[in-house]
Parts: sequence; C-alpha cells; structure tokens
Amino acid sequence: MSATKTSDGATPETEWAGLMRAGLLGDGAAYRRLLEAIVPRLRKFASGGLARSGIGNADAEDVVQEILLAIHLKRQTWMQDQPFLPWLNAIARHKLIDVMRRRGRRGEVPIEGLIEILPDETAQPETSQTELTRLVSRLDGKQQAIVSAISLDGQSIRDTAAKLGMTEVAVRVNFHRGLKKLAALYRAGDAA
Amino acid sequence: MKTGDLIGALSTDTAPQDASPRNAFVKAIGFGALIAGASFFATLGPRPDFMYAIHTVRFDFKFVVTLVLAATAFLAARDMARPEIHRSRMRRFLLAAPVLMILAVAAELYMVPSGQWMTKLIGHNMRFCTTMIPLFALGPLALMLWAFRRGAPENPARAGAIAGLIAGGLGAAFYAAHCFDDSPLFVATWYTLAIAIVTALGAFLGRRLLRW
Repeated sequence: MSATKTSDGATPETEWAGLMRAGLLGDGAAYRRLLEAIVPRLRKFASGGLARSGIGNADAEDVVQEILLAIHLKRQTWMQDQPFLPWLNAIARHKLIDVMRRRGRRGEVPIEGLIEILPDETAQPETSQTELTRLVSRLDGKQQAIVSAISLDGQSIRDTAAKLGMTEVAVRVNFHRGLKKLAALYRAGDAA
Repeated sequence: MKTGDLIGALSTDTAPQDASPRNAFVKAIGFGALIAGASFFATLGPRPDFMYAIHTVRFDFKFVVTLVLAATAFLAARDMARPEIHRSRMRRFLLAAPVLMILAVAAELYMVPSGQWMTKLIGHNMRFCTTMIPLFALGPLALMLWAFRRGAPENPARAGAIAGLIAGGLGAAFYAAHCFDDSPLFVATWYTLAIAIVTALGAFLGRRLLRW
C-alpha cells in the first residue's frame, strides 16, 4: 500500500478527506468539488476493470454513475477519523464487482484499486444516454418528476418545489428516496 | 444522464444524514435486548428456582457463553458494516464462545459418568428450546439487520449471519433463565442448533436486504 501518489506527486488524501468532511456537514459546493475530482479516476478504474474482464468498456460511464450514486448514499459509512482513500476504493471495487456479477462474469477486479490508476488525460465525450436515464423513467410519478427536474434539467430544489407545488422539505425527502430507489433499480439489474 | 449533471444533482442532496452506522448498532443492540427481554418476561419468565440456580455454575455458564457470543459478534459487526475493512481484527474474538463451550463440554464429560451423557444431552425440552430461542431472537435480528442497512457490508450474507449470531446469543441468554437443562452437553447441542437456525436466517435475509 505505498503508491497512493498521483502523477504530480501530491496525495489527494488530505484534500479529499477535507472536502468530504465539509460535504458531510452540508457544504454542497465542497461535496461537488470532491465528486468532480474523483470522476477521472473512477472512469479509468471502471473502463480498466471492464476491459480486463472481457466485457468491453463501452458502458464504463454507467459504472461510474452507479459508483457515484453508491458513494453518495453510503457516505455516512466513512469514519471521519479514518483515511478516505481506502474507503473510496472499497466502494468503487464493490460496485464494479457487482456490475460484473450482474453480467454473469466472475468479478476479477484489480486489487490495487483506483488510487494507483493515473487519471485519464484524454477527455471522454460525456454521453447522456446512460442506463441511469432509463432507470429514472422507471421511478413512479412524483419521484420521477422530482429526480428528473433536479438531475436531468438541473433545476434547484426551490424551483422544483415551486413548479410542483410542494414544500422544499418534501422535495428534498422525495429526491433522496428517489436516489435510493435508483440504486435499488441498478441492483435489480438487467432483469428489466 | 451526463455524469456532470448527476454530480450536480447529488450535491443538492446534502441534508444531514441518517445516524452513523456506529450509532445505529448501539441502538439496535439496546432495543433488541429490550424487545427480547420484554417478550421473554411476557411469555416464559425465569424458572421458579432462579434465585437458587444462580448459585450453580452450570446455570451461570449458560449466560456467560451466550452473552460472550453476542458481545463478540457485536464487535465484529461494527467493523463488517464498513466497506474498507476486509478482515476485521475483531473476527478472531468470535472464537471465544466456541472455545468456552468446548472447555465446558470437556469438563462435563470428565465429571459426569458416561452412562448419564445421553440423558444430559437429550435433556427435557429440546424442541421447546430450539423453538423459543429463535422466537426471542427475531426482534434483535430485525434491528441488527436495520443497523447493517445503514452500513455498507462487503459481504451481505456474512453480515446477515453475524446479525444472526448477535440475535441468537441474546435470545439464548434470555431463554437460559427459563430453561431447566443446564448441562453443557445440552447447551452445546440444542442452544447451538437454535442459534444456528437464527444465523442461517440472518444470512438468508442478509443476502436480500443488505445489498447496496
């Protein structure tokens, strides 16, 4: 467990742990910066893992999005007095193995984890046709309206509440439940 | 959905989180013991000679071994709810209850003439024992699974099994206060079977409920 350094020699542990702590206290901007910072590594990790298992890395972005959702929903399981990177690695590996299992492959995921993987320099085109879009359409009425307003259309909680004639608290609660439901739909897998 | 849009959406969902898994486990074992205790006192209650029995070593040992099992499984459970811990150092303490049981059985075999071994093992009420312990364990099992859902166990079935060991140990500790069969030969056979039933149920439910 030595190679936790990035290409520029800085270790992201301290910075990311700090952003995560702020995020857990409700600092959305810090939390957003954290998620943006980890995405390049998640991409590399997902496409590497998929390619190695012979699935092909065409839908790596789906895996990245599923990992992000898991990080989000399980963020309270990170103990703030413990290192952040091993926790992040564990979540990413768990979800990658999960995806492979669902596709009927033995989950052979590199044990070294995503921290040793250098971020991909070449920007990949961001597709909007991910599995997540399809899963949002399977949410029931109110949840679907709220989740798609906030995530697909990028609206704020307040605007969404005004548009749907709900309180902001109700929108928040339903949005969070919708995210949990999306994670469950992922797990239910390709049965749909 | 673009990943950037997803990130934007997730960062609006930053309301204070559910209680941390660690707190959830403390709550679960506390309320679990309360529920098991309440259902025990409402149905069976302690045996009439309880005050006399607590002065006998065989009777007391039943509480020691079942509570040691519940406590060691509880310590392992809190680590197992954390995704980054692959092999909790707490897992080795899980050997404590089986080792105690083996030592007690060895002592019993040494002290009791071999002609009585089967009588002691069969006891009076094995079917009742293997029914009531799992029943008393149901409440604690549900609560431990709830606590695990707050966590992120790497192996859902194994986490469910640990929840079952905790619940089975608690259920057995209460049942022990009612049960007249105190021989370690009886405990090692039927208590173990009863706790194994709860553990298997926990593993079964864990596979379904603890995926994340």
